[in-house]
This record gives sequence, C-alpha cells and structure tokens, in this order.
Amino acid sequence: MENQFFVDSESLSPKALEKKHQLETDPTSRTNHMEYMEGQEQIHSDIFEKVMTEVKNYDPSKYTGLDVERALKKETIGIEELKAFLSPSAEPFLEKMAERARLETQKHFGNTVYLFTPLYIANYCENYCVYCGFNCYNHIRRMKLSMEQVEHEMKVIADSGMEEILILTGESKGMSDVKYIGEACKLARKYFRMVGIEIYPVNVEDYRYLHECGVDYVTVFQETYDSDKYETLHLAGHKRVFPYRFDAQERALMGGMRGVAGSALLGLSDFRKDALASALHMYFLQRKYPHAEISLSCPRLRPIINNGKINPQDVGERQLCQILCAYRMFLPFAGITVSSRESKSFRDGIVKICATKISAGVSTGIGDHESKYTGKEGDAEGDEQFEINDSRSFSQMYEDMSGEGLQPVLNDYLYV
Amino acid sequence: MNENNVKEDKLVIGGHEFHSRFILGSGKYSLSLIEAAVNYAGAEIITCAVRRANTKEQENILDFIPKGVTLLPNTSGARNADEAVRIARLARELGCGNFVKIEIMRDTKYLLPDNSETVKATEILAKEGFVVMPYMYPDLNTARDLVNAGAASVMPLASPIGSNKGLATRDFIQILIDEIDLPIIVDAGIGRPSQACEAMEMGAAAVMSNTALATAGDLPMMASAFKQAVEAGRKAYLSGLGRVLTRGASPSDTLTGFLHD
Repeated sequence: MENQFFVDSESLSPKALEKKHQLETDPTSRTNHMEYMEGQEQIHSDIFEKVMTEVKNYDPSKYTGLDVERALKKETIGIEELKAFLSPSAEPFLEKMAERARLETQKHFGNTVYLFTPLYIANYCENYCVYCGFNCYNHIRRMKLSMEQVEHEMKVIADSGMEEILILTGESKGMSDVKYIGEACKLARKYFRMVGIEIYPVNVEDYRYLHECGVDYVTVFQETYDSDKYETLHLAGHKRVFPYRFDAQERALMGGMRGVAGSALLGLSDFRKDALASALHMYFLQRKYPHAEISLSCPRLRPIINNGKINPQDVGERQLCQILCAYRMFLPFAGITVSSRESKSFRDGIVKICATKISAGVSTGIGDHESKYTGKEGDAEGDEQFEINDSRSFSQMYEDMSGEGLQPVLNDYLYV
Repeated sequence: MNENNVKEDKLVIGGHEFHSRFILGSGKYSLSLIEAAVNYAGAEIITCAVRRANTKEQENILDFIPKGVTLLPNTSGARNADEAVRIARLARELGCGNFVKIEIMRDTKYLLPDNSETVKATEILAKEGFVVMPYMYPDLNTARDLVNAGAASVMPLASPIGSNKGLATRDFIQILIDEIDLPIIVDAGIGRPSQACEAMEMGAAAVMSNTALATAGDLPMMASAFKQAVEAGRKAYLSGLGRVLTRGASPSDTLTGFLHD
C-alpha cells in the first residue's frame, strides 16, 4: 500500500488550503519540473543522460541467480554486475555478497569507522515535498538560529568530542540565504576539523563561496531519480526542478569542493532503480572528476511530525543491506554513510560489512543540542525533520564501535 | 657475507641509520594495537597521515606511537605539489620531525600517485631540509628526476594501495633497484609476508605495509611474520641468490666444446 502523504493542518488559511489541494490534485496547476527556474545555472552536463539511460533500460526482474553467481566471481564489478546485485534474484546471495563487501571495505578502509554529527541551523522551507517534515504546509515550530545560537550549539557539540560536522538547513533562500550559511560554516571551522553541508542546491559561484568559508563536502539527496514520480512528490518550490538538483554535486565540484555525496530517499519509488541511479550518479561523477571523493548514503523514509504513518514501504533491512553491499562491491573506494534513521542493531551490523561513516549524538531539530546533550532546558526549539531511530550519544557510539573491534576516526581531513 | 655482516647491515635514509627494513603503516587499525604492531614487527619507522594527526585530544594517533620510533608523516589528501608542501610544513609544525613521505593522488578510485607533481614537491621540500621519501609509480625517468630533486629514497608501489596483490610491477621495481643509487622501498600492495620477502630478495632496501596487517586475523602475529619475511629476504639478497636454470638441466656437452684454443 502506498504512503498517504497528504495531511492538512488546521492552522492553514482557507486560501492556503485551497492552493495546497489544487497542487495535490491538479497536475496542470504545477510548474514543469524539467524547466529551470530563474537564476538556476545550467551546466549542460553529460552525466544526467548517462544515468537516466541506464536506469531506463534496467529491468531488475531480468536478472537470474546465475547472473548473480557470475557477478560474484568477477574481479572487477561493472555496471552489469551492479544491476545483478540489485535485482531480486540476488537476495538469496546476501551472505556471500556481504562477505565480499566486507573484504573490499577492509582493503580500502581497514578497521576504521568515521563518526560525525549533523547540525540543523534553520528549518524554514519554501518547498512542498509531501513526505518531508519541513515542508511549507506542515504546521511545525519554525526556527532559524542566530549566529550566537549557532556558536552555542557548536560549542556544546564540540565539547562532546565530535570533530566532523554536517550543517543543514531547510530549503529557504529567503530565510537562510547563502551568506547566512557561509557565516555558520566559518564558525564551524573554529570548532570542528571537517565541515560539510546539506543545504538547498546552489550555483557554482555559491559553492565556491561556501568552500572559501571552510566547507569541503556537499551532500544533496535527489530523493528519487524517477522523474515522473519526482514530479508528484515535489509539488512546489525551487526543489521542483529535477535536473537542477541532479547537477548539484557537479556544480559543487566545479566550485572547488573536495567531496560530494548523494542518494535517493529509498521508499519513494522503485528502490532498485533508485539505488542503481544513486550509485551510477556518483560513479559517473568520479569518472569525470577523478580527484573527487564520493560518498553514498542510504536514507529510507521515516515518519514525520503530523504524519506518523510514513514508512519505507518495501525497503526492509535485508533490502537495504543488499543495496549497500552492491554499492560497496561496485564502488570499493566510496564512503558509505548510514544515518540515525536506522536502528542500533542495523548500524552495528552494517559497519562491519560496508558502511564507513555513521552519525552520533543526532538531533534533527533546531537549537536543541544543549537540552539533548546536557538535559538542561533550552530556549525555543524548532521541530524535527523526521524521527530518528538510533539516538546514541557520541560517547556511547565511540564506545560501541570500539567494542565491535573498530577504530572510530574523528577526523581524517585537512583543509588545504 | 656472514651473520656478523648481516648485523652490521643498515638501512640509511637521509643520513639516518636503521636496523629494521620493515616500515609500518598505522592508519587502518585500532590505535591500541599500534604499539604491539611496532614491537612484533620490530619496526623503527612508522607512517602516519598528517590529516589523521590533525585532531583534538580525544585519541590522537601520535600519542599511540611508541617513543624511539621514527615517525614518517605522509601527505595523503594532497592533490597536487602545492598541497603536499603545505601538509609537510604542517607536519613539521606539529612536531613530527623532518621526515616526510610524499603522497599525491588526484584519483580517489585507485589512489595512484601523480609522479610529476611528486617530483615538484620533492624538490621544494628537499630544499627546505626535509628528508623526503616520495611514493611513486615505478617509472625510471621519474625516479631519476626524484634523485635530482633531492629525494632520500624512492618508494615505488607494488600494486594498488590496499589491493594486497603483491608485486604486480615487479619488473619495473627491479629496474629501479638496478639503476637508482638511493634506497628503493617497496610500498603499497604488499599483501603477504612471502611478497615482502620476494621484494627484499630482489634487492629492495625496505618494504612497507599497512592493509596486510590491518586485515589480518591476528595483527601482532602477522607483524611478526612480516618481520621474519623481510629479514629472510634481505639475507637471501645479501647472500647472493643461487642460479636459476631456465630450461632443463645443465648440458654436459656444451655448445662451445669444439673450441680448442
């Protein structure tokens, strides 16, 4: 059964409700999601076509167990092998895939696991993405931290021992513009060794500016690579433009960033096709920009405030494990991040197979690190983007990872 | 060459003498195992990424490196000569000494070194007084350029980092050993003690390994195995390997037996 995404809030004005319903029910009321909006830079990349063509021609049901066995025997895993590993026929081979994935991970990363934490600094959003807690029609407590508040949050996090931070915002250029994010990143450089961002896609010059502010890693989620489905989920706002979002990582690299990450949000569409597209997107980027450090995530749909029923559909933990093993065999050198959307038991297990980075001490709300880390009541706090599953603190995670025989690494990066 | 000569056999890099010819990597396993690895491997040089040492007090890798071991900071993460130079200078500021292993990669998939940028960085850092040990793809022309640039050793790769594939570039490393007067230290791709032994038999001055130990079931025991393999290979090299008959036995009737004067 499909997720029921549409939820009306009593606090919306009749006019806003009318507009919302029109967007939801009348496709002609929506803009063309393939057309760039004003101010959005076009870089005319060839990667979009390459990924889309492969995905269009991918029929997971055509692959057999024999294809998977053959793929497992090959020394170099190419696109065809990846497709076999992502197919339903590969499910009985999960243990064998995990064994090989583990070997590949060890070759490239040894027994290390990287720890980081996200910091949400604003949750204003101009988009209507039906599955997201921050969407502009969802009635939540909105907040944007002042620079003093940002610094306070950073101090609290840095005091816990964390050295890598990922700064996030909702997607509102009006409320949290590039300058605001840049200032927050400059502050982050004071407290952390490594700074990444997960914000709305911007143009090359803006990425260049953010890089100068101390950022070297950019994460953008395409949500789904199924363009038709994308259109039905991102009903309004600049995020509606599918190709502009697709090219975000490439613009970031053109702007001087060292590394990029991406993925689909699994559960929105055909997860096998979305997983293929996610891997190929990063694969073609690294082929074109060989110096780029690439990384894959694997978020699955989670419940949000005012809609607790949202779930990852047919992407169970076994399927997620299958996807991650396939990623690892296809891209042995890529980082793989598993977020706190997943359970403690899943994360403890998957770091031993193929994940290389996990978050700890996570809050997806705004300005609530002090209350979460110290128990001290904070001032006003902004609501969360989604419900997390694994709420372990940094020190607990450090201890648990060490207990699993892994070496937690807090920083392996220099800004040069 | 007798056993006493073997004891006198020293590895000299930039005027510094070492008895051990096994260089240990440190980045891929638990910090708590570093000391045991050093001891069991008998290593006198240990490498460490400057970017890993760029950390706060939580668990700085530098704190786990035993005293008396020479630290060889590497410039991993550098994408060009300029970045490598900056990282090397930072290493010196951090108190890591004068040794530096240059690693310049502009490819995140295979992590193959960029030879031309490596020559540039070597020249700059050697002039600044660093003992420069460049990691490189085994190419004779580049090796000669590195010598001229002031390198203290040359570190050709055996096969891609982490691959544990052994001496895939064997013939080219042999050329470097035969033609270059600096110590040739085989780095990257050595997955087994037997491969380390083979490199030493060929005349390599030392061998470096990280992943092979990190991925072993018992790290200290593997460290010990590498120590013995490297020593065995060195002894075999010093003793002069016996001839290898390429085809059949030695003919009793020689081809030139008809020559009388």
